[in-house]
Amino acid sequence: MVQKDILQEEMKAVDYVQVYESPQFKEFLKRKRKFIIPMTVFFLIFYFTLPILTSYSTILNTPAIGDISWTWIFAIAQFVMVWTLSSIYVRKANTFDDEAEQIIRDQLK
Amino acid sequence: MDLIVIALFLAIVILTLFVTYIAAKQTKSTGDFYTAGGGLTGFQNGLAIAGDYLSAASFLGIAGMIALKGFDGFFYSIGFLIAYLVVLFLVAEPLRNLGKYTLADMINARFDARKVRGVAALSTLTIVLFYMIAQLVGAGALIQLLFDIPYTVAVLIVGCMMTIYVLFGGMIATSWVQIIKAVLLMAGMVIVSFMVLLKFNFNIGAIFTEVKTATSYGADYLNPGIHYTEPLGTLSLMLALVLGTSGLPHILMRFFTVKDARTARSSVITATWTIGIFYILTLFLGFGAAIFVGEATILEANPGGNMAAPLLAEAIGGNILFAFISAVAFATILAVVAGLVLSGASALAHDLYGQIIKKGRISDKQQMRAARIAALGVSVVSILISLYAQYLNVAFLVSLAFCVAASANLPVILYTVYWKRFNTTGAVTASLCGLISALVLVSISPSVFSPVEGAALFVGEPIFPLDNPALVSVPLGFIGGYLGTILSKEKDYARFAEVSVRAHTGFKVHNK
Repeated sequence: MVQKDILQEEMKAVDYVQVYESPQFKEFLKRKRKFIIPMTVFFLIFYFTLPILTSYSTILNTPAIGDISWTWIFAIAQFVMVWTLSSIYVRKANTFDDEAEQIIRDQLK
Repeated sequence: MDLIVIALFLAIVILTLFVTYIAAKQTKSTGDFYTAGGGLTGFQNGLAIAGDYLSAASFLGIAGMIALKGFDGFFYSIGFLIAYLVVLFLVAEPLRNLGKYTLADMINARFDARKVRGVAALSTLTIVLFYMIAQLVGAGALIQLLFDIPYTVAVLIVGCMMTIYVLFGGMIATSWVQIIKAVLLMAGMVIVSFMVLLKFNFNIGAIFTEVKTATSYGADYLNPGIHYTEPLGTLSLMLALVLGTSGLPHILMRFFTVKDARTARSSVITATWTIGIFYILTLFLGFGAAIFVGEATILEANPGGNMAAPLLAEAIGGNILFAFISAVAFATILAVVAGLVLSGASALAHDLYGQIIKKGRISDKQQMRAARIAALGVSVVSILISLYAQYLNVAFLVSLAFCVAASANLPVILYTVYWKRFNTTGAVTASLCGLISALVLVSISPSVFSPVEGAALFVGEPIFPLDNPALVSVPLGFIGGYLGTILSKEKDYARFAEVSVRAHTGFKVHNK
């Protein structure tokens, strides 16, 4: 069975342009983009806000909890953001995997 | 040097050599040598990424910098971690889907021109060389302090170990050395942090209160601005840190050691948790050192603060903990340099020799031999330079490596996967603009020229004001690629369609 599949794949030359132009793939890319671009923009802004605020102002130096200032809270929030976004990414990417497999089944095999 | 130190040191040497022996028996093909046959699990590879990434500069350098400069040291911890979001969201999966052994393989999925591969190999070698010299010179100085042996001997020990791992055990041995190191390093971090926290009954607020009076900076210690006073300089460094990781060849290479994009993804998750926890703990090491060791003692041991963590271990856990942390530092150095040797060897033997000179017409056996010769070459050259560079201040080379990676490699990676119009000329101009601007700007920066004798490589007035030129060189890399592309006629939408489909679906045509 497996060998037969491989044989069939070899015989059929893949027309990538056709796959790329297909509504199924276009839709898939669009959904991926709609997820990845805003997330990336968000984490980059969140990240650079910290050094920008600490470099050009002292507003984060005010105490938040006891002697721990907002600078530290914001810094730790960066770590929390990394773990949160990476978990969200994995969950979302798993659904993208299913779509990708569907495209391979429908158009590439 | 006491007995416990020698025993732990030997234990690491013997364990890693044993791993190399097993790995050597399993290394039968070029694929095994470069990528462990793609057979690592996501969890194993995640630990190996952490082991590859967390250098002695992270472990001892950041702990020391937090101890001496407070919050400003923590900037590194943040930048080095957020970088993994860039890796995860934009780079890891397309890279795994398109590449085979090296970064150049991935770019060549879209462009056949050998000059594209050549330029990618050139930037890889540049990064590897800088990073390696920084690591080896740092390692020599560190081992000299920790184990009280001469610099030359220390560099030779580390150099020989890394050569043996890579030469005989390839990626399998390198991966397991990195995994062992990651486990040891995390254990060391957790133990020391736990003991610091124990002294304060796990009251984190109390540590902050205590550290406010522990250093000469008083309450300012907890505020940013002690070390980084130049806003643009800080932003430039933060940019290099966050974008550089996605272009570091030894990190990128790790994604070829897993079977598919899903596993690549899960390895990044393991890595972000490991690395994230590590960098949070650097805080307790830094504060702990400031409180229990004290500024004066740290500075006296090493002006750069590198001894803060080991001295803290000694102060709160006695000789045994000091020995353990020293041994961990040793393992840390070994794992990082082994990864560097391997990625340098792949650029030399696979990209330059196998694909460019031999045009891919080379048997598996010849490829293996070329890879081993290249590994030996990379090791010998970097050991020799490091022996010569003992008295030079080369600490800036690590952030320079990040800067070159962000300026020369990242634009090409992103354009290759995501930009339809991108072409061969653009790939060459992006790499070269990023590489050359980073190198030129650093060579006229305060990292290389300082009016104060010994503060930098040469004495003199710097022409370019920023220590790290990423703020200028990263945009130049992107602009270079853009201009090179639109000013040349070549377009190949069919090839882009192929790359895009493969990058996003992971589809592979079976080779005849």
